[in-house]
Amino acid sequence: MKGARRSMLYIPGNNPGMIQHAPVFGADSILLDLEDAVSTGEKDAARLLVAHFLKVMDFGALEVTVRVNGADTEWFEADLEAIVPCGPYAVRVPKCNGPKDVQKADAVIKRLEKEHGMDEGSVMIHAMIETALGVENAFALASCSPRVDALTLGGQDLTADLGVPKTREGAELFYARSRVVIAAKAAGIASFDTVWADIGDNEGLLEETRKVTGLGFTGKAAIHPGQIEWIHEAFRPAREDIRKAERVVAAADEAKRMGRGVVAVDGRMVDAPVVKRARRLLDLAALYLCETEDPS
Amino acid sequence: MKNAVTNSIGRRIPQKAEGLGRFRPFGGSFALVDAGEEIPRNAPPMRPEQPSRSKVRKSLREAVERSGLQSGMTVSFHHHLRNGDALLPMVLSELEAMGMSDLTIAPSSLTGSHDCVAGFMRRGVVSRIFTSGLRGEVGAAVSRGELDIPVIIRSHGGRARAIEEGSIDIDVAFLAAPSCDPLGNISGARGKSGCGSLGYAQVDAAFARHVIAVTDGMEKYPLPEPVSIRQHQVNSVVAVESLGDPSKIATGSTRITRNPVDLRIARNAFQLILASELLAPGVSFQVGAGGSSLAVASFVRNHMRTKGVKGSFGLGGVTGYMVQMLEEGLFDCLYDVQSFDASVRDSLAENPRHVEIDQSLYANPLNRGCMVHNLDIVVLAALDVDVDFNVNVMTGNDGVLRGASGGHSDTAAGAALSIVVAPSFRGGVPTVKERVQTVVTPGESVDAIVTERGICVNPRREDLLKAASKAGLPVMDIADLKRDVERLTGLPEPLAFDETRPVALVEYRDGTIIDTVYRVK
Repeated sequence: MKGARRSMLYIPGNNPGMIQHAPVFGADSILLDLEDAVSTGEKDAARLLVAHFLKVMDFGALEVTVRVNGADTEWFEADLEAIVPCGPYAVRVPKCNGPKDVQKADAVIKRLEKEHGMDEGSVMIHAMIETALGVENAFALASCSPRVDALTLGGQDLTADLGVPKTREGAELFYARSRVVIAAKAAGIASFDTVWADIGDNEGLLEETRKVTGLGFTGKAAIHPGQIEWIHEAFRPAREDIRKAERVVAAADEAKRMGRGVVAVDGRMVDAPVVKRARRLLDLAALYLCETEDPS
Repeated sequence: MKNAVTNSIGRRIPQKAEGLGRFRPFGGSFALVDAGEEIPRNAPPMRPEQPSRSKVRKSLREAVERSGLQSGMTVSFHHHLRNGDALLPMVLSELEAMGMSDLTIAPSSLTGSHDCVAGFMRRGVVSRIFTSGLRGEVGAAVSRGELDIPVIIRSHGGRARAIEEGSIDIDVAFLAAPSCDPLGNISGARGKSGCGSLGYAQVDAAFARHVIAVTDGMEKYPLPEPVSIRQHQVNSVVAVESLGDPSKIATGSTRITRNPVDLRIARNAFQLILASELLAPGVSFQVGAGGSSLAVASFVRNHMRTKGVKGSFGLGGVTGYMVQMLEEGLFDCLYDVQSFDASVRDSLAENPRHVEIDQSLYANPLNRGCMVHNLDIVVLAALDVDVDFNVNVMTGNDGVLRGASGGHSDTAAGAALSIVVAPSFRGGVPTVKERVQTVVTPGESVDAIVTERGICVNPRREDLLKAASKAGLPVMDIADLKRDVERLTGLPEPLAFDETRPVALVEYRDGTIIDTVYRVK
């Protein structure tokens, strides 16, 4: 499925050993991190390293996003100056409190695209929401620039901002998650859920990912390659849903061929959004052809 | 190199060497079997002694004196005590003190505890080495040309064959005996130096002219079962304080790797196994103890458990993981030529379905039926491989001997599906070469090479390639993989060797020579 984005693997920008292997872990997309994973003393080195990898390495079909340092930091512009000309799929802007954080990045990216002869709008922005203010401004963030292609939720910082512990059950994030999903859907863009920090607890990861896919998130971040298959497992369509979708799509194709406007499946009428969802589900199901059924 | 010929895989090999005689060039995995020759078998002489209730000698020296061992003869050892073995150093020191020199040593392998052999070489105590593995000081010394006569490197099955046919003619076998009674019944399954199976030593005991058991675990007669080697094969028993370092003999149980690259390799290999449809009821399976190999076992185990697949047997160098699979009923039997950790040793002692087998039954290609030929699936590691699917497990990227032939070529030839797993590069050096420096396992017996970046199926296996492609696996041409990796790593400078000076010859399991290792410059 072109543009599958179930998983996004975080890779520290100062870890060449991991970056060189980025395409092999089976993630749908990766995030090369210049922000929290990199200590202040290593910001320049990581920026140079990531820019170099973007220039020389063939990431294949992998969607590559780079998380730059926040708009309020001294590294923000230097990060964009180095990264944007390398043509990543997107730049993730952390700690977006409101549209001006995104617009600041937008303006710099626009200038850099022009200076480097790139198509305008070729580099996307992922707006990361990790404050209460950001949650309140979710739709404004999602819709303030055509570059914004996804909202992402940062659960660690958000719970810190809320002054509450991050629990295994995640009740404290329920509202924020719902708000982010609705905002992203309303703007017609993707949404990524926060990471599951306990790399030893994959059952917990599976459970949480099932919950957030139920809310409507289109993807989830992974902080370890071992988490990817569990995230994908949570997105795996049920067998009966695939069969139903096949019937819906077959009926829709048949109706189209016969020139009928009305689609009926199992004796019931089916409308256009249902057909659209069925097609998406089959695209998703196709991703599981070469993945084994039970991660271990 | 004078008198060299080219074998069937294009490697130059000498036709003869001083101190070793003449060689036959490798002509294909089963060429010698197809030729159908009858090969004579060596048999140890009988030398009767007066009936006795004890074969315990006062000292190692007394036992050696009774054996008639002299300079120029051949002594053998087993490596079941792995990196903890102190017997080989102890015996060679004693033989040196007795004034012996020009000895041939024929250990089943040389491990990390045998660096001292380099010194014995330099002082003329040891002049020839027949082994499976060479590493550390000894590997470096041999690679520098410090031994005049080339080392012969054999697989486990090849060693059993060589002993049985007399190519290795053992005068005295010194067998580390973790538990032993005064008449020479030996078990590896108990004792402070308990190592599990004594499968390699069983062949020495059966074919050596004289056998000396050395023990740090004397028990009263008769030794409880399971007994690995019985009294009718043993001439003398010597008690010593210690056979070695128990912490390095039976290590803790092997853990499944968490290295994400190794896990990706293992997952790819597992998916190829699934695609082959061999993972079905009655499956037989062998897997190494290395990072990715053992992880493949964990995927296989999980699959067998959830799908209710019950296998037939597990084989080989056995890890604790295979023991767990036996205990879970995933296999009927486990056949064990070498045990890798303490839990394996204990299982061998207690579980009647965990069976000790000797090196010949394990892998000798010329006997009436070795078990590697009954394997469905084997997963093997590699140092590097080449575009012809040849595998090197012997020499490092610097050309220096640092590995072991082991059961690699035996299982690759025998198994219905042989998969080699390796990361696509290590330490910045690509694993897929145009031509590996040293061929241990010929590409014709390797079905697939699996890396984290893709699965390369041997073009000889059209059926497997088709199955893998149909299953949507990341199949790629090995030349493409090589090119992709070289884009990341660059291409290392070729190594310089002194090609007039062979330092080791790699013997294929049937006794033909498959490759030559040269002196490093």
